[in-house]
Amino acid sequence: MGYRVMIGLEMHCEISETNTKVFSSARNDYNEYPNVSVRPVDMAFPGTLPVVNKEAVKMALMTSIVLGCQQPEYLYFERKNYYYPDLPKGFQITQETKPAPIGSYGVFNYELKGEKKSVRINNLHLEEDAASSDHYPSGSRINYNRAGVPLLELVTEPDFRSADEAVAFLETMRSIYQYLGISEADSKKGQVRCDVNVSIMDDSLDESDPKNWGTKVEMKNVNSFGGVRDAINYEIERQTELLDEGRGDEIEQETRRWDEESGTTIHMRSKVDAIDYKYFVEPNIPKFKIPKEWLEEIKSKIPRLPSERKEDYINNYGITDYDATIIVKEKKVSDFYEECIELGADPKKASNWITTNLLGNLNKLELEFDDMTLTPAMLKELIDLVENKEISSKQAKEVFEDVLTSGKTPKMVVKEKGMKQMSDEGEIIKIANEVLDENPKAIEQYKNGRTNVVDFLTGQIMKKTRGTANPTIARSTMASEIEKR
Amino acid sequence: MRYMDKSIEEIHEALVKGEVTSRELIDESIEMSRKIQDKCNAFVTILDDVKEAEVTDELLSGIPYGVKDNYSTKGVLSTGSSNTLKDYVPFFTATAVENLTKKGAVFVNKTAMDEFGMGGTGTTCHTGVVTNPWDSSRMCAGSSAGSAAAVAAGVYPYATGSDTGDSIRKPAAYCGIVGYKPTYGMISRYGLFPFASSLDHLGVLARSVRDAAIVTDGMKGIDKYDMTTWDSSDIHLLDSLDGKVKGKKLCYIKEICDINNYPHASDELKAHLANFMDTVDKCKKLGMEVDEVSVDQTLLNASPSVYVVISCAEATSNMSNLTGFIFGPRAEGDSWDTEMKNYRTKGFSPLIKRRFVIGSYVLQAQNKDRYFHNAQRVRRLIVDKWKELFEKYDGVILPVGTGPAKKLEGSKDILDKNTSVLEEHLQIGNFGGFPSITIPNGFVDGLPVGVNITGNCYDDANVLNMAYALESSMDFKGQVVKEGK
Repeated sequence: MGYRVMIGLEMHCEISETNTKVFSSARNDYNEYPNVSVRPVDMAFPGTLPVVNKEAVKMALMTSIVLGCQQPEYLYFERKNYYYPDLPKGFQITQETKPAPIGSYGVFNYELKGEKKSVRINNLHLEEDAASSDHYPSGSRINYNRAGVPLLELVTEPDFRSADEAVAFLETMRSIYQYLGISEADSKKGQVRCDVNVSIMDDSLDESDPKNWGTKVEMKNVNSFGGVRDAINYEIERQTELLDEGRGDEIEQETRRWDEESGTTIHMRSKVDAIDYKYFVEPNIPKFKIPKEWLEEIKSKIPRLPSERKEDYINNYGITDYDATIIVKEKKVSDFYEECIELGADPKKASNWITTNLLGNLNKLELEFDDMTLTPAMLKELIDLVENKEISSKQAKEVFEDVLTSGKTPKMVVKEKGMKQMSDEGEIIKIANEVLDENPKAIEQYKNGRTNVVDFLTGQIMKKTRGTANPTIARSTMASEIEKR
Repeated sequence: MRYMDKSIEEIHEALVKGEVTSRELIDESIEMSRKIQDKCNAFVTILDDVKEAEVTDELLSGIPYGVKDNYSTKGVLSTGSSNTLKDYVPFFTATAVENLTKKGAVFVNKTAMDEFGMGGTGTTCHTGVVTNPWDSSRMCAGSSAGSAAAVAAGVYPYATGSDTGDSIRKPAAYCGIVGYKPTYGMISRYGLFPFASSLDHLGVLARSVRDAAIVTDGMKGIDKYDMTTWDSSDIHLLDSLDGKVKGKKLCYIKEICDINNYPHASDELKAHLANFMDTVDKCKKLGMEVDEVSVDQTLLNASPSVYVVISCAEATSNMSNLTGFIFGPRAEGDSWDTEMKNYRTKGFSPLIKRRFVIGSYVLQAQNKDRYFHNAQRVRRLIVDKWKELFEKYDGVILPVGTGPAKKLEGSKDILDKNTSVLEEHLQIGNFGGFPSITIPNGFVDGLPVGVNITGNCYDDANVLNMAYALESSMDFKGQVVKEGK
């Protein structure tokens, strides 16, 4: 029989861009020193109370709007009660589905390799993160910096049919969080964590009837998108194998842990051991009516998102879908590109520089976008130098590599290196004839109709001038000089 | 010359005139504390290094007072009368105490209480039983037992208390003093060890309505650390006491006050209810209208269960921070969960554990709707009924308890079914967050008894003014135990 895979995601993303934590006035920052961003409430000292951070609520509402969710009339928070050393209060302040959380029932569109896809969002809720713990052979240590950091948890319906779809969605969401100025969404900093659920059903049955769905297996704490892909594929394979062998009843409704090292999933707990979190409304936070005007104001402040920008680049700047996709993937890159254009740079040239040289070089040097000293104004300057034939494009590449991290402007580098493009026709004619004298065979081939040797000979001019000759002039000169022979 | 048995205004006048100094008052209060500690076991901590405060225009300046031990006080042991916090010295002070300190008030001791406020007898403190200064074979009621005993015995003119069911207003009645809890949110709960957050109130035990008004004026105020506080800056309780109550309307509830409801009434109960009806007559003589009204007996009977379900549920969650990891005496164990289990098993008294079991039970997924949600629904019905009464009446006047303080022996926390509503109706003031004040209204068997007036939210000034007028028509204002049994 054929199988259909159903995948659902829970994506936790820390809000990194508020000044303070979600229910505490401690600073919300990613700090290398443990236990420095802490207030009494973060360690649950007796008598401390939560105070809601309005900025975090605003960001959560903005995300809810972008996901196409409904926003509740009243804002409530709930307690999720369980004991764990990294949870000082013995409960997490979060939102359950009743009363309504910050977002419910949305439909969201994303793309996978140019193909439009859509996923239903079950809900989005705002909650607090737990402390983090480090485990040593001698014991464990708890760092309360993370305790109380605002966290957005997004729960999708099981609408993904492959690991690729799930990962494409996650990547889209990551870039949206960055575009909205809500989070760096950096999984290396532990800001994004996922729970994944996978079930497999008989392809011939009606998927709209939940009775036909396969048994759902959940995988907790998958901390990278690569991990999500591997975990899903591993689980699909594991479950398919069981089904193929007629051992489908061995697939248990359970929670498994993704083990990055072995690349396998490991049983954590069965459905029967599910924890009863004893949810109830947090009594210390009065219910809050969300004013319509506030929602409108938030809506009006949603910045242009990647999908919109991409369309704009393709339609108005004439760049390819491929390049546009690369540019909008990260907000910083897209902003850089838009600034170049605003400064008057040619959109296509700027796009070429960014997608090939800029990102390629950063990648090669293992640098982050923020590490470079190149500004949009510098890139524009560089493009102009080539345009005005002051330097050759080959020279420009050399200049580019320098200005990327040196803090110098392209003009400074050109001056320093004594680079000037050779545009003097008399000089180029002289070199062209030298080249022709050295290549009598090529002249013969030309005369026999192989006109493409001109390219080879132009290359020789470039070689002789160590790339300083203006390539256009070099080519036209060579074309006319060879005719004279 | 003694001062600690006088009113705040009298003491203030003596200070301003230079008849006495803040230093002398503190010394007198600490000496009295030691005496009452021997007699009643009323304190967890008596401070020995108290600095005097400058005497200013503020009525409270330079005058000693007591703080219930569930208020967080920086640098001073704060145990909540529990073994789980027997060594806990906080590094921040409750907002209410902070506010009193700003007025120049000086606290000299921390008063004993039922463990975390979760008892009504004053017998479950980790430091032992608190006895009634009027008769050491009797209880003070609780949970603000130490505060009530100390104020009644003349240790100082007032002490702070907290009230989740009747924990200020019942001990006040048993000790022949005034106990007042203002509208929910008038005084910040920041720094109060929580019992049941939606029911917890801060308040004061004093010897006159004027003193209660002065102290509450000093404690109250909106607080950025407690989202449930509200701005009461235009409410001046002391200034609004003019004693003009002609035309004010009170009601009492037939189902609670009619002696015919109690076929097996003791002589004490008969005398108490007869005395209450005398008090009603006094109200009428003052020009107030007092009506007898009827409230559905089923609704009234549900009140004690509603209280148990909601308070236990919230308490279970609120006290999940008590693990011994961050504060409190850490227990032994070979894993974090055994450490925690040992700490909690050893630290909490059986009464508290019983409440935790109830709280967990009513919040379990399979029980939550039947118990917790139904309790919340009935709470709403009861509050709506009282609000309906407040549309017509300025307040509800009712007797406190079934008579004078109970004997310690054979007291236990077991309730007589017939009188349970009479014993527990003060909880309704917590359900609705209503301002509620108990004042002494006579003696039964040589022991004080009390009467309570409860009004609508935010109507504190009116409620206090009626109590003030009534107090002035009786002889119990400012009474101090001279020679107890």
